[in-house]
Amino acid sequence: MPGIVSSALRRLLHGALVLAAVSVLVFLLMQLAPGSYYARMRLNPQLSPRTVAALEAAQGMRAPLPVRYWRWLRSVAAGRWGYSFAYNAPVWPLVRTRVAHTLWLTLTALLLAWMVALPLGMWSAWRRGHWDSRAIAGGASLLLALPDVVLALALLALALRTGWFPVGGMHTLGSRHWDRWAQLRDFAWHLCLPVTVLVAGMLPTLVRHVRAAMAEALDAPYIAAARGHGIGEWRLVFGQALPVAANPMLSLLGLSFGALLSGSLVVEVILGWPGLGPLLWRAILDRDPYVVVAAVMLSAALLVGGNMLADLGLAWTDPRLATRGAAAASRSEAP
Amino acid sequence: MPRRGWRWPLAALIAFHVLVLGAGFFAPYAPARQFRRFPFAPPMRLHWWGPRGHFHWRPFVYPWRPLAERYGPPRYRLDASHPLPLHFFRHGHLFAVPGRGVFLLGTDALGRDELSRLLYGGRLSLLAGLLGAGLALSLGLVLGGAAGFMGGWTDALVMRGAELFLALPWIYLLFAARAFLPLSVSGAAAFLMLVAILGLTGWGRPARLIRGVALAARERDYVRSARGFGGSRWYVLRRHIWPETYSVALTQAALLAPQFILAEVALGFLGLGAAPPTASWGAMLAGLLKLYVLESYAWLFAPAVALVVVVLLYDWLATSLAA
Repeated sequence: MPGIVSSALRRLLHGALVLAAVSVLVFLLMQLAPGSYYARMRLNPQLSPRTVAALEAAQGMRAPLPVRYWRWLRSVAAGRWGYSFAYNAPVWPLVRTRVAHTLWLTLTALLLAWMVALPLGMWSAWRRGHWDSRAIAGGASLLLALPDVVLALALLALALRTGWFPVGGMHTLGSRHWDRWAQLRDFAWHLCLPVTVLVAGMLPTLVRHVRAAMAEALDAPYIAAARGHGIGEWRLVFGQALPVAANPMLSLLGLSFGALLSGSLVVEVILGWPGLGPLLWRAILDRDPYVVVAAVMLSAALLVGGNMLADLGLAWTDPRLATRGAAAASRSEAP
Repeated sequence: MPRRGWRWPLAALIAFHVLVLGAGFFAPYAPARQFRRFPFAPPMRLHWWGPRGHFHWRPFVYPWRPLAERYGPPRYRLDASHPLPLHFFRHGHLFAVPGRGVFLLGTDALGRDELSRLLYGGRLSLLAGLLGAGLALSLGLVLGGAAGFMGGWTDALVMRGAELFLALPWIYLLFAARAFLPLSVSGAAAFLMLVAILGLTGWGRPARLIRGVALAARERDYVRSARGFGGSRWYVLRRHIWPETYSVALTQAALLAPQFILAEVALGFLGLGAAPPTASWGAMLAGLLKLYVLESYAWLFAPAVALVVVVLLYDWLATSLAA
């Protein structure tokens, strides 16, 4: 176990360093950005230039970059994450609720996608060369060619035409006064379309990888030996091949989370899910720098955290990784 | 194992690129030309057989007549009494109808010909994706190759940099980079901007892969002997290391290009790509964000269909290259 703990600590430190570097990168980009929120405010004839300049100075936007970075760090430490000019409020309360919504969406999609991909991929690896395996591979190719944007638009059109699904948002208006069970059903109903798009976007990659990992495990000599000993197919697949194939699948889990976050941004905007995506989008259009920084940092943190969890899972299932210790960990950190 | 079946998708993709590159010839109108009397005109069908069952070598269309309505969506009547034959190779265009608008894929909210915009928009979307992938791959080849071959602090530096770029979900990274560029850019500047941010944000993954190949190639006997015979680092990198990585790079190109095309579409869709009236597939799809448009005008999905076909072709190419 100490192997796992020390490797987890090392990962944690590494993740923190990456996040710090990301924040510096984003701040540098911010310095290069032309235009600002206040540049647009100056167009308002009802505000005198002096007022705008005073507002800008009050937000500290005239200070040099290192000073602003230091102030931002302090405000992160204080739990404010900077100040949103467009919302006229600290950033963290704005972002917190959105992140929760994005997590609801992406984690549901992640769970569902794996629940579908695992049996499909295993089945198609086990039935290699048969028609159903080829059908699964063909379906995966077809689904891969269907971009999230297109699928989301198509589903939205379907929802509009049929009225089977809501065309946006997370709750029905006024559902706050319903009982808990009705609220939950309402939430699930709103979740349907965005989750479908995300699952469809992720499924082909997952199925292909699960299939490849499983096929490799099934091809191993010890499986042939076990089969020769007369061990049942069922036990062979689930008892022998699956634990071996779990290793590459777990590393995929971390990666798939990143892809999911990317996919969910556009989907959230199209289907009106009040998550991180629309917030970032509006912040870019409004030139609201600290919201952009917070959204980007949080997405990075989620991805780093997801990868870390996957690595921990990896160390859990594959004791070799833990005992090999520092050498293996440092190698896997810089592949 | 010999690679099979890559010729078909490649040929189809080249055909697509020829179409969009020759948009000035294949498209009947300029992408920003507005036919103010024909907003949301449905696609016109090409007819080969006349009303009396005669076959015409020159296909013709029936024009739309706008119905005068003060409120509500624009409506059109098919004017079957005035068939308009297409004239081919007129005024430097593949086809045209003199003096009239011909809309084979319908028009958008401003009465702009969807087919023309599809072709001109494809120029931006497809080429920005392709060149962006080329840029990312070149950076990957140079940085990844150098990192794998040199090792030491070069390797550490490059790989930490790649890690930084991979630590962000890549759409967020793309948006972050985009957030700090001017909001409204058009024309050639927009194209260059898109290529640059796609390439500069996407080099991490190919660099990692190519570094792996270069790392393996460094230990090969012929590389060692080339070094032993006094070949300079640059010579060995150029003659022995990079050729090893080409097959990986080629497959990566076929994988990256559609991703970058989709990224361009996502940016254009959210109004962060080229500024209007520049046509791009993403900007065209953005018209569908209005629910009444989405519900009523199915022909505005044309860029989506083109997108799916292109991505499918790239996927086919990538799998046949990797096989």
